[in-house]
Amino acid sequence: MPQGSRSREDPISSSGCQAVAALRRIGSAPSQFIIVMTTEILSGMRESATFDRHVIHEIQRAAETGLYDIRGWGSKRRLPHFDDLVFLGASMSRYPLEGYRESCGTDVLIGALHAKRPIPLQIPITVAGMSFGALSAEAKESLGRGASEMGTSTTTGDGGMTAEERQSSKILIYQYLPSRYGMNPDDLRKADAIEIVLGQGAKPGGGGMLLGRKISDRVAEMRTLPPGIDQRSACRHPDWTGPDDLAIKIEELREITDWEKPIYVKIGASRTYFDVKLAVKAGADVIVVDGMQGGTGATQEVFIEHVGIPTLPALRQAVEALTEMGMHRKVQLIISGGIRSGADVAKALAMGADAVSIGTAALIALGCNSPKYQEEYQKLGTAAGFYDDYQDGNDPAGISTQDPLLTKRLDPVIGGRRLANYLRVLTMEAQTIARACGKSHVLNLEPEDLVALTVEAAAMAKVPLAGTTWIPGCA
Amino acid sequence: MFTQTVDLAKTSVRTLNQRLHDLNAERDEERWRILNPRGAHAIACGLRVQVTVEIEGHAGYYCAGMNQKATVIVHGNVATGVAENMMSGIVHVNGNASQCAGATAHGGLLAVEGDASARCGISMKGIDIVVKGSVGHMSAFMAQTGNLVVCGDAGDAFGDSVYEARLFVRGRVNSLGTDCIEKEMRREHFEILETLLKRAGCDVHPEEFKRYGSARRLYHFQIDNASLY
Repeated sequence: MPQGSRSREDPISSSGCQAVAALRRIGSAPSQFIIVMTTEILSGMRESATFDRHVIHEIQRAAETGLYDIRGWGSKRRLPHFDDLVFLGASMSRYPLEGYRESCGTDVLIGALHAKRPIPLQIPITVAGMSFGALSAEAKESLGRGASEMGTSTTTGDGGMTAEERQSSKILIYQYLPSRYGMNPDDLRKADAIEIVLGQGAKPGGGGMLLGRKISDRVAEMRTLPPGIDQRSACRHPDWTGPDDLAIKIEELREITDWEKPIYVKIGASRTYFDVKLAVKAGADVIVVDGMQGGTGATQEVFIEHVGIPTLPALRQAVEALTEMGMHRKVQLIISGGIRSGADVAKALAMGADAVSIGTAALIALGCNSPKYQEEYQKLGTAAGFYDDYQDGNDPAGISTQDPLLTKRLDPVIGGRRLANYLRVLTMEAQTIARACGKSHVLNLEPEDLVALTVEAAAMAKVPLAGTTWIPGCA
Repeated sequence: MFTQTVDLAKTSVRTLNQRLHDLNAERDEERWRILNPRGAHAIACGLRVQVTVEIEGHAGYYCAGMNQKATVIVHGNVATGVAENMMSGIVHVNGNASQCAGATAHGGLLAVEGDASARCGISMKGIDIVVKGSVGHMSAFMAQTGNLVVCGDAGDAFGDSVYEARLFVRGRVNSLGTDCIEKEMRREHFEILETLLKRAGCDVHPEEFKRYGSARRLYHFQIDNASLY
């Protein structure tokens, strides 16, 4: 309890309106949290904006353990995002389409520039690369089932392709990562596309991380490493450096697969404008840009929160780069990092993306952070809605774990259905917005349909501040 | 002697590779000769049958990349990433190899008659590499498993962050990388070495080599828990 001259009134025994309102807002949060919140409201205590509770906790934790914090999830700080944009629905000068009556297409063809077998997606929402190792086999299968039901793709991760994943995913993108764990030409030929990974939004410039507690015998064997060791994957590719080498690497991968597979290049958002231009020049069919809100299975907190740029400016820079090269819509752009709703999908497409990719949201759809496991989250020192310790492998929902007792909690059939439901909602929401803007296909959404609610978002997305014609940074 | 001869002055690498990929198991004893490679990239990559391919000249990047079962012989030098991610088979370079020879390879034998440049055997995952000359800096970086045999010298930071790969050097090691240490040569190591030297056609004695490997100090994050003091 706080000391000093402030109120000593017991916050829980108070029947004040503020306390009641606070308790209602907090809902099912842990009791300690409720006590702190209500004490704060009633006592007049002032939290430091510079040294807030999280900062204080981090300093204390660092002093105690001598280790930096490693966690899953993406950036948790408030960032300019799609929430800061709104659509200008049709009215006098534009006319809308009838919901449920007039069609609004959602299909998109990916990778037709060089590949003999481009990928037709039924919806412009794909599932991002997440490894077997970071996720359970059941979670990977669930993702495959859900995505396949909706006619879209899933993506392997650091650690190779499992047979279950290939079987459950009708369209499977095979990641080609710096570690090359489990990389083999047979799986390369089985894949529908190849994604060369240079980085991810949570940690541009960093390699994968999988702590020993998640390295089961099967995971270890697939990665050709001893079980139980902390795996820190390479952060750069072992046999090429820079865009000129990348062009030759792409040539090799195309030769090995007889020019059938689309080649994606995935970059973590940082110098996005230049990276996109270089990737296109190197011969990519598809560019995947992952903003800093993009999730991770395990990364240092300092990396997640302080390296990379948000999805919003990265998307705009990528579209600019493609447009200047005359390659917009020829080389497809997939954007990820904080896509949660059909509104986010629609805004990303309106800004110029050809598709989006979801990771964290897909795991939540499967059951990650479900209130069903509230008691178990509390035992782990967290709560439903806050759980991000994917690195520990104790996920009560059985998703980011290799513990067989936990993984069996996730039924891949049910998980697949949940993901398909979620993808269906995202798609219908995006269609709703597209129709309201008078578009007969979601890809017909355009920047002209958007305005920004904040100066920052207006500058980053290069759309006018609502009610003005002003785009900061533009004449 | 050769069942097929392909002249890369007249035929594209794409056409050559497609013809090699179209070989099926019944025609897997063929012997192909490639003329005028002129440093082209990705020659004979992605092979998957027991064909023998002899390249008469210098090859570019990723020659014999991801090889399975085939024997690829280069009568010349090779650029970056020869036999990268090889799974099985044999790649024999009669000249020198550039950077990243045998990178990330899971199996098979890579033999280099001359020297190999930097990062030879980087992230190797089970391949056997025998270099009759010397290897450059950062060789066997993050090498996971397999054997790297260097009959000459090794450059700086040899075996940095090595996992379970066995590294044998006959000459001088300029410097060892992080977590790489000299280890005892036991009987099984002499046997492995003798077999590999014989397979690569090296006329040197296993007794002349020293073995290096992981001290395994980087396998887990170090926890300095102040409250335990």
